Amino acid sequence: MTRVSYDIVIVGSGAGGGTVAQELSSLCAQGARIAVLEKGPRLRDEEFTGRELEMAGALYEDGGGFLTSDGAMTLAMGCVYGGSTAVYTGTSMLPPERIIRRWNVPGLAYADLECRACKFMAQNNVHLLKDDLINENNKLFVAGCRKLNYNVEQFPVNIKGCRGSSLCNLGCPNQAKQGTDRVQLPKAERNGVEVVTRCQVLTIGEKTLAARVAAKPAGAKGDPSPWEPGDYQIDAKVIVLCAGAVNTPALMLRSNMQKGIPRLGCGFTCHPAMIMVDEHPQPITNFVGHPNSYYLDQFAESDHFVLETCMYFPFITAKSLAGFGEPHSAFMRAFPRLQMILVLACDKADAINRVTIDAAGKPMVDYRFQPEAIHGLIQGAITSAKISFAAGAKRVHMPVARHTTIEASDAPRLDDIAAAAEFKPGRTPVSAAHLQGGCGMGSNPSDSVTDAQGRVHGLPWLFVADASLFPDSLEINPYITIMTLADRVAERIQAEAPALLGR
Amino acid sequence: MPLDLPPTIFRAVVSTIVPESSSLDNQEWQGLVQVIEALLRDRPESLKRQLRLFLNVIEWLPLIRFGRPFTRLSPDARARVLTHLQNDRIEKIRVGFWGLRTIVLAGYYGRPQAAAAIGYAASPKGWEALR
Repeated sequence: MTRVSYDIVIVGSGAGGGTVAQELSSLCAQGARIAVLEKGPRLRDEEFTGRELEMAGALYEDGGGFLTSDGAMTLAMGCVYGGSTAVYTGTSMLPPERIIRRWNVPGLAYADLECRACKFMAQNNVHLLKDDLINENNKLFVAGCRKLNYNVEQFPVNIKGCRGSSLCNLGCPNQAKQGTDRVQLPKAERNGVEVVTRCQVLTIGEKTLAARVAAKPAGAKGDPSPWEPGDYQIDAKVIVLCAGAVNTPALMLRSNMQKGIPRLGCGFTCHPAMIMVDEHPQPITNFVGHPNSYYLDQFAESDHFVLETCMYFPFITAKSLAGFGEPHSAFMRAFPRLQMILVLACDKADAINRVTIDAAGKPMVDYRFQPEAIHGLIQGAITSAKISFAAGAKRVHMPVARHTTIEASDAPRLDDIAAAAEFKPGRTPVSAAHLQGGCGMGSNPSDSVTDAQGRVHGLPWLFVADASLFPDSLEINPYITIMTLADRVAERIQAEAPALLGR
Repeated sequence: MPLDLPPTIFRAVVSTIVPESSSLDNQEWQGLVQVIEALLRDRPESLKRQLRLFLNVIEWLPLIRFGRPFTRLSPDARARVLTHLQNDRIEKIRVGFWGLRTIVLAGYYGRPQAAAAIGYAASPKGWEALR
């Protein structure tokens, strides 16, 4: 066991960890020692090949195959330098004001978040893509929405020098996305923050962490860890947990911190999602261009769903189509003619859905689909199909129908064809990538895990700064909101640095 | 195969889930198997045991209804057996089939040849590659 000590240790390097690292890095000039511990590797630019299974294995927790405890839903989380910011599409949304008001966290004001969000949007080159860079997969969505008089909107994205590879979710091969791996972490490192990759934190105790650094497996992508493989005890005056909505609560549970914090792990939400796949008569540009450029959120309040354009890779597409055999293969063979739309359900924090750990301390996510979420997925699938047909699709894959291939002639009957009875966990392909909650903010230990600036109740040296802080679902892509909350945490640590760090 | 999946049953299941796999030659089939082996390499042994068990259940379950094991059924009858598992009222059975289906689809569509065959040609060069 090697023993080292730091002033501040940040666990995780995604939207939260990268932000905290950057914002606190100015303390290094005053002599503070700061380390970021990241479980995943740091890849070299040339290692981002865009090959599906190869990149999934290198960039995602469990190679992208992390499942809820009942096995019915896949949860995607980045496990690499930059965390999930290395594998998102760069869609950069202000937190919705109605949601922040609904969260009702004392001390958390929308205006404050908006101001911070604007700072990070400027920092990450957030802008609207020009029309000549929009592919037909996106344009058909816009055309279908407009034909139906829906309020389709364009996503601001944080890209710079995008070549339109469409491979965002496999890590941009052109380093165009401005995630924490490209912006905040490099700046933090220039200022003196150390980033230790392949370093998994096993448990935390009073101002100390037990961690294990793994050797680089033979043939694996990425650099070896800057630290020698082995077990470490890391002492720190301040610990900031930014390991995401699954791993942060799991780490605290593994460290027996639930005593006195009964809400630990509770309130998990994830925007469960279905990928709608629709076939057009003619080839369209789909696997070229930014995949995720438009969205429709006008039904978020009334019907609990948001639609977004998307485009996935052969295996993920195959997995997202329900069923098997010839009808399934027919859609796959039509790949150059496929339009894809992501249906995101706006799930709500409840008493059942939560993060736990198994006997070995590994994270588990207990998740049951709520009636509102099922309603959102069904209505979202119907609306998505209407949009595709309005845009000229000749058939639609409907994962929540008895017969999943719906021809254009059946479009008028969509409301009857798609049915909640056909939504069956384990049969209906559902996945999620917007993992939230588990360490929700609030005012006291009976309703939350942390206060409004991420300090864990009763533990002045321990902070949380990631999506696990969300008291409920955000109902839109979360990374900008994570950065704003992490910024608040960093600001507080800086303000209290004399007391916390003795400087 | 090193995973010790019963090869005849496994091939019959794969060709029912992805009919095109029937035309894979030996080398292509080995490619599919290698993709699956790589995916499962770091998975718990218990998962691999469950997979083997599930394949054996698929083989012998049709005896009740069809009087023959899965591998001796017609393609249509095989599809009916798998459809039954996919829609089973017991969620654990549906999830089991889901897991098997996922592995099969990864093995087939995770191969670059399959991606090319369906016309998928994404390139890091993006728009430039298209023009």
